[in-house]
Amino acid sequence: MSVFGDVPLAPPVAVFKLSADFREDGHPQKVNLGVGAYRTDDCQPWVLPVVKKVERLIVEDAGLNHEYLPILGLPEFRSASSKVALGDGSAAIKDGRVGGVQALGGTGALRIGAEFLRRWYNGVNNTATPVYVSAPTWENHNSVFADAGFKDIRPYHYWDAAKRGLDLAGLLDDLEKAPEHSVFVLHACAHNPTGTDPTREEWKQISEIMKRRSLFVFFDSAYQGFASGDLDKDAWAIRYFVSEGFELFIAQSFSKNFGLYNERVGYLTVVARDSENLSRTLSQMEKIVRTTWSNPPSQGARIVSKTLNCPELFAEWKSNVKTMADRVLLMRDQLKAKLQALGTPGTWDHITQQIGMFSFTGLNPKQVEYMIAEKHVYLMASGRINMCGLTTSNIDYIAQSIHDAVTKVQ
Amino acid sequence: PLISWWGGVQMGPPDPILGVTEAFKRDTNPKKMNLGVGAYRDDHGKPFVLSCVRKAEELITAKHMDKEYLPIGGLGDFSKCCAQLALGADSEVLKSSRNITVQTISGTGSLRIGANFLARFHGGPRDVYLPKPSWGNHTPIFRDAGMQLKAYRYYDPSTCGFDFKGALDDISKIPEQSVIMLHACAHNPTGVDPKPEQWKEISDLVKKRNLLVFFDMAYQGFASGDIDRDAWAVRYFIEQGHNILLSQSFAKNMGLYGERVGGFTVVCNDTEEAKRVESQLKILIRPIYSNPPMNGARIAATILNTPDLRSLWLEEVHFMANRIIKMREQLVAGLKKEGSSHNWQHVIDQIGMFCFTGLKPEQVERLTKEFSVYMTKDGRISMAGVTSANVGYLAHGIHAVTK
Repeated sequence: MSVFGDVPLAPPVAVFKLSADFREDGHPQKVNLGVGAYRTDDCQPWVLPVVKKVERLIVEDAGLNHEYLPILGLPEFRSASSKVALGDGSAAIKDGRVGGVQALGGTGALRIGAEFLRRWYNGVNNTATPVYVSAPTWENHNSVFADAGFKDIRPYHYWDAAKRGLDLAGLLDDLEKAPEHSVFVLHACAHNPTGTDPTREEWKQISEIMKRRSLFVFFDSAYQGFASGDLDKDAWAIRYFVSEGFELFIAQSFSKNFGLYNERVGYLTVVARDSENLSRTLSQMEKIVRTTWSNPPSQGARIVSKTLNCPELFAEWKSNVKTMADRVLLMRDQLKAKLQALGTPGTWDHITQQIGMFSFTGLNPKQVEYMIAEKHVYLMASGRINMCGLTTSNIDYIAQSIHDAVTKVQ
Repeated sequence: PLISWWGGVQMGPPDPILGVTEAFKRDTNPKKMNLGVGAYRDDHGKPFVLSCVRKAEELITAKHMDKEYLPIGGLGDFSKCCAQLALGADSEVLKSSRNITVQTISGTGSLRIGANFLARFHGGPRDVYLPKPSWGNHTPIFRDAGMQLKAYRYYDPSTCGFDFKGALDDISKIPEQSVIMLHACAHNPTGVDPKPEQWKEISDLVKKRNLLVFFDMAYQGFASGDIDRDAWAVRYFIEQGHNILLSQSFAKNMGLYGERVGGFTVVCNDTEEAKRVESQLKILIRPIYSNPPMNGARIAATILNTPDLRSLWLEEVHFMANRIIKMREQLVAGLKKEGSSHNWQHVIDQIGMFCFTGLKPEQVERLTKEFSVYMTKDGRISMAGVTSANVGYLAHGIHAVTK
C-alpha cells in the first residue's frame, strides 16, 4: 500500500510536450515553432555578447562570493529593474514610492504578486476576488493565480478570431461589467500568445475605465525591448498607467530580453501611493518569499545589474536587444510577403501588425495537426508560432507548408 | 482616490535571525561577533568559496553553454548525482528507479514543494510533526502550503541533549499516516542528533505508527565531515522500508548559498508511481517559478561528476567540519580556563554549525549588550562565526554572564 497510490498521472505541459515530440522527429526539414526562446538565423540559441562579457567579469572577480542575497534580492538589481520599467526620469521613483522583489523569472514575480494580493489586497482574504486574464493568455497565468488561492479566475475578451485583431469592444465591456476591485492581468507589450497589443489610444480607454471602476492593474512585462527594439516604446503603457496615478504591480522578466532564460531573473515592481504603504507591502512580500524560496539566486541578477548600471554595457545591451527584435521584424515582413506571393487565401496583414516573439497565425486545430504530422512544422494547437523559429533557410518551406495547410485542410 | 490599496497591510515582523545581523552591523565595537546566521566562515571570519567550486566554474565557463530553459524538474545531471549523494551509489532505490528527484530552490524550495505536494495529495491527517525545537522557517513553510503543525519532544534543556524518552513517548501517540519531520544530521538549531541505536528505535516506532517520514538534510558532509556517515539515518530508514520524502540543500556543504541549489526526492513503490508523482510535482512547480536556475546546479553537478573535483570537495567539506569541531573544543577549553564551573560537554557533543549553549534569554541579552556577541534569543550560536582569534573572547563573555 502506498500513500501515493491514488496520485494520478498529470498531463504534460503542452509547450514542453511539443518540444519533446519535435526532438524525437527524425525528418530533415523539421521546424520547431513552439517554445518561446530566441533563435539566430542559424536556428541556434544566442547568448548575448554583453552577457558573455559580463559573465567573464563575474567569474574573474575574486572579490565575489556565493553568499545569500537579501530576501528581496540584490539591491543594485532591484533599483535598476524599476528604472528600466518606469524610465530614468520617473517621478514615482523620485517620490520613493517604487520598490520591488527580485524573483525567479517572470513566473516567480507573478506568483509573489498573486500570493500578496490574495492575502492583503482588498481585505485579508481575497480568495473570492475575481482575477481576469485575457482570452487567450499565457496558459500559466491561470495556474499561478489558482495556486495562489484565487478561486474565481475569469477571461476578458481580447482576441477577435474573425478580424484577427483586438476585440476592443469586448474588452471595454468586460472592464465595465467586472466587479469593482477585480484584478486584471494586462500584457505590457507583445501579448502572448497573440502578438496583438492595444494602440496608445486604446490603452487610454482601458485606463479610464479601470480608474473609474477601481480595478487593480497587474502588468505582465516579459518582452520589454524585445517587441519593438526600443525599451521606452515597449514600456509606454506601463508608464502611462503610472502617470495616471495607479498603484500597480509589474511582473518583469529578463529571460527574453537578456537571453537569460535558465538563470531565472525576474522582478516584481511595486508602485504604491507613498513610501509608507510601500514599506509595509514589501515587508509582507518578504514573508511570502521566505516560505517560497527564502532568497533569490544571485548569478542572473548580478549579470543584469552590472549591465544596467554601467553606461557602456547598457548601450551594448540595447544594441543586442535591437538585433533580436530586428531579426523578428524581418522574418515577419518576409513571411507575409511570401504568403502573399504564393496567393495563400486569406489576409496576412496580421503577421506584420502583430508584435514580439509570437504570431497568432489563424490556423485552426486541424490545420495545425496537418502542419505537424505532414510537414513536421511544430506549432501550438492555438495556431501560435514563435517567429524566432523562422530563418532565411526555412522560411520558404514554412510559407509553403502554411499555404498547403490552408488550401488542403478546412 | 488618494487612499492606498495597502492601507490595511500590517508591517510584517522582522525576521528574528536576520534581525540579529542587522543589529550586529550597526554595532561599532571592534570586538563584536556575529553568531547569528548560519553561513560558514573561515578562521579569519570571512566567507569561504570552495576551490572545487572555483575550478568547476572555470570548467563551465570554458564550455560556452547556452542559457536555454531547464526542464521543470531541473538539470538531469544534477538530480541524478544529488540523489546518489544522499542515497549512496549502490542504493536499491536508485537501481530500481523508484525515486523521483527534482532540482529545487535550495532547501527552502525543496521543503515548500514537498509541503505543497503533501497538501494536495497526502490522504492522511494534515498534521506535520516537527521536533521541538526546529528550524524557525519550517512552521511557516508548511502552514503557507496548507498543512498544520504539531511537535514531538526532542531537545532536553536539562541535559542540553536529546530527550530520547520524550521523543519516543510523543511519537508513539502520533495518529497513523501523519507526517513526521526528521533532521537527518546536525539538527538545527540544537546540534543534537540521535545516536545510531536511537535512530533504529525511532525507525521501528515510526514504522509501527505507520507515519510518513520527511527528512530534512541541509548539512550532509558538514556535520561529521563524512558524507556517508551524515546520510546514515536516511539510508537506514530507506533500508527499513520507509518510503521517505527528502529535502537536500547544497548551500552549506558546497558553499553555494546564493545560487540556491537543492533537491527534493520522493521514494516511491516503483517506477510507475515515481512517474505519476513526478508529473504532479511539475504541475506544482510550474506556477511558482516555471523551472529552476542553472548556475548552481551546474556547478554542483560538475563537482560531483568530475572525480578530481569530487575528491577535492570531500576534502574541503571535511576541512570545514573539522574547523567547527576544533572551535567547539577550543570554546570548552576556554571556558574551563576562565574558571567556569558549569558542564559544557554539550558544546562538544553537539554537531554541525549550531550550538545550543543553554544560555537563558537574560544571559543572551547581557552577552549582546555587554560584549557585542550577537546570537538568537534561544541561546543558539553559529559555530561558523567563531575563530581562533575570537574564541577566547567568546569564552570570556559566556563565563561572565553565566558564573
